[in-house]
Amino acid sequence: MERKIRVLVAKPGLDGHDRGAKVIARALRDAGMEVIYTGLRQTPEQIVQAGMQEDVDCIAMSILSGAHNHLFPRVMELLKERKVDDILVIGGGVIPESDIPFLKSAGIAEIFGPGTPTKVTIDFIRANLKRNS
Amino acid sequence: MSDDIVAGIRSGDVRAIARTISRIDNGDPGIVGIVKALHVHTGEAHVIGITGPPGSGKSTLVDKLVRSYRRDGFTVAVVAVDPSSPFTGGAILGDRIRMQAHATDEGVFIRSLATRGHLGGVSRATIDTVRVLDAAGYRRIIIETVGVGQSEVDIVRLADTIVLVSVPGLGDDIQAIKAGVMEIGDVFVVNKSDRDGADRVVREIKGMLETALVNGTTPPFALAGHGVAKAAAGYSDDPHGLPPVIKTIAETGEGVDSVKKAIEGHRAGLDQAGLLRARRLANVEHELRSVVTDRLTALLERDDIRSRTKMLSAEVVDRARDPHDAADDLMAAMG
Repeated sequence: MERKIRVLVAKPGLDGHDRGAKVIARALRDAGMEVIYTGLRQTPEQIVQAGMQEDVDCIAMSILSGAHNHLFPRVMELLKERKVDDILVIGGGVIPESDIPFLKSAGIAEIFGPGTPTKVTIDFIRANLKRNS
Repeated sequence: MSDDIVAGIRSGDVRAIARTISRIDNGDPGIVGIVKALHVHTGEAHVIGITGPPGSGKSTLVDKLVRSYRRDGFTVAVVAVDPSSPFTGGAILGDRIRMQAHATDEGVFIRSLATRGHLGGVSRATIDTVRVLDAAGYRRIIIETVGVGQSEVDIVRLADTIVLVSVPGLGDDIQAIKAGVMEIGDVFVVNKSDRDGADRVVREIKGMLETALVNGTTPPFALAGHGVAKAAAGYSDDPHGLPPVIKTIAETGEGVDSVKKAIEGHRAGLDQAGLLRARRLANVEHELRSVVTDRLTALLERDDIRSRTKMLSAEVVDRARDPHDAADDLMAAMG
C-alpha cells in the first residue's frame, strides 16, 4: 500500500488571516498529500500535540502577526521536549528577511515568504522528509 | 520491538499510538502482529459512530460531546474520517478545526483519517484504529464519518451505538440518509434545530422509524436494545421503545447532554438485556467478511491469477468457454 505524506497546516498566533494557509492546504492536497488543517489562533502546545496525534511528516505554519520569532522557536522547543525529531517544520507568512537566519537556527527548515510558488513548497517538503516509513 | 510498541500503546504513549495508527492506515503488513497482540486488551471502550450529511454539524456535535464526557471524567478518542480526492488522492482533513480546544487535554486523542479510495480498506483501517485506541485505555471512542455512501455506513457499523445526524433545510438529506442508512440508527439527532423546518424533520424521522417497526425492518438487536433501554435513564420516551429523536443546536451546546444521555442509555440497555454481545457478534461477523473480501481482492491481483484471468477472458470472448465455467476455473486456481 502506498504511503501518504501527511502535513499539519497551522496558524499560530492571533492574526485572523488564513487565506495563505488555505491556499497552501489546497495546493498540498492537490499534490496528493493529506492535509490536517487546524484553523486559526493555535498555541504552540496545540500545534505540537495535534502534530503528534496525527503523526504528520511535516508541520507547516503560517503567521502574519509578527510573533514568529517567539512562536516558531517555541514549537521547536516543545517538539524537542517530547523527543520528536522526525517532523519537518516549515514556516510562511510575512517574515522579514533578517529574521530568517534566527528561525533556521532554531530548527525551522525553511521559510516561504509571500509570492512563493506553491510548487516550491511542495517540492521542498518532498525532498526534505525526515522519515521514509 | 513489537512488545515495546504494545506496552507503549497500553501505557497511553501518544507517539506509539499515533505511529501504529499510521502503519495500519498505510497497510503495513508488519503491523498485524501488534494488532493481534492488542486484541485481548480491547472491548472495554464504548464505541460510538456518528454520521450524517456534509454540513450537518457533526464535528461541532462531537466537540461538545467530548467536552461533556470529559466533565464526567471519561477519556475520549475521536476518529474523524473524511474522503480523499479521487483525482489526486490527497485530502484536506478539517474536522479538527472544531475540536482543537481539546488538543492539549491529555485525556483526549483525536485522529483524522482519509478514505484513500481503497475498497473496504477504510473500514478495516478504522476498526483497527479503534482497537489501538481501546487498548490504549480510551473509554469513549467516537467515529465520525460523512454519511453519504455504503462505505461510510460500513464504518459506523462497527460501533456499539450509532448516532445519525440530520438538519433542516437540506431538502433531500433525508432521502440521502434513508437509503440503507436510516435502519442502523440508535439515536437520531436533528441539529441546527433553531432553523425552520426542524419539527418537520423530526416528524419525518419518527414516521420512518414507525414504518420500519410495522414492516419489521428494524434490526432485532437494535429494537430489543431500545425496548429495554427505554426503562434506563430516559433513553427513549417512545411507547414502542423506538430510538429517540433529539433536537440540538450543537453550536451553543443545546441538547448535547440529552444526546449523551441517550447514547449512554442505549449502551446501558444493551448491557442489561445481554444484547451487547449480540451487537458485537453482528459487527465482528461483518468485519470478518470484509477482511476475507479484502484478501480475496488482493489475491485477484496476484500475477498468476491476473494472467489466468486474461487467458480465460479471451476464451470466453472466443466462445471456447462460458463465463461461469471460466469463473469456476479461476476459483479453483485461487485455491
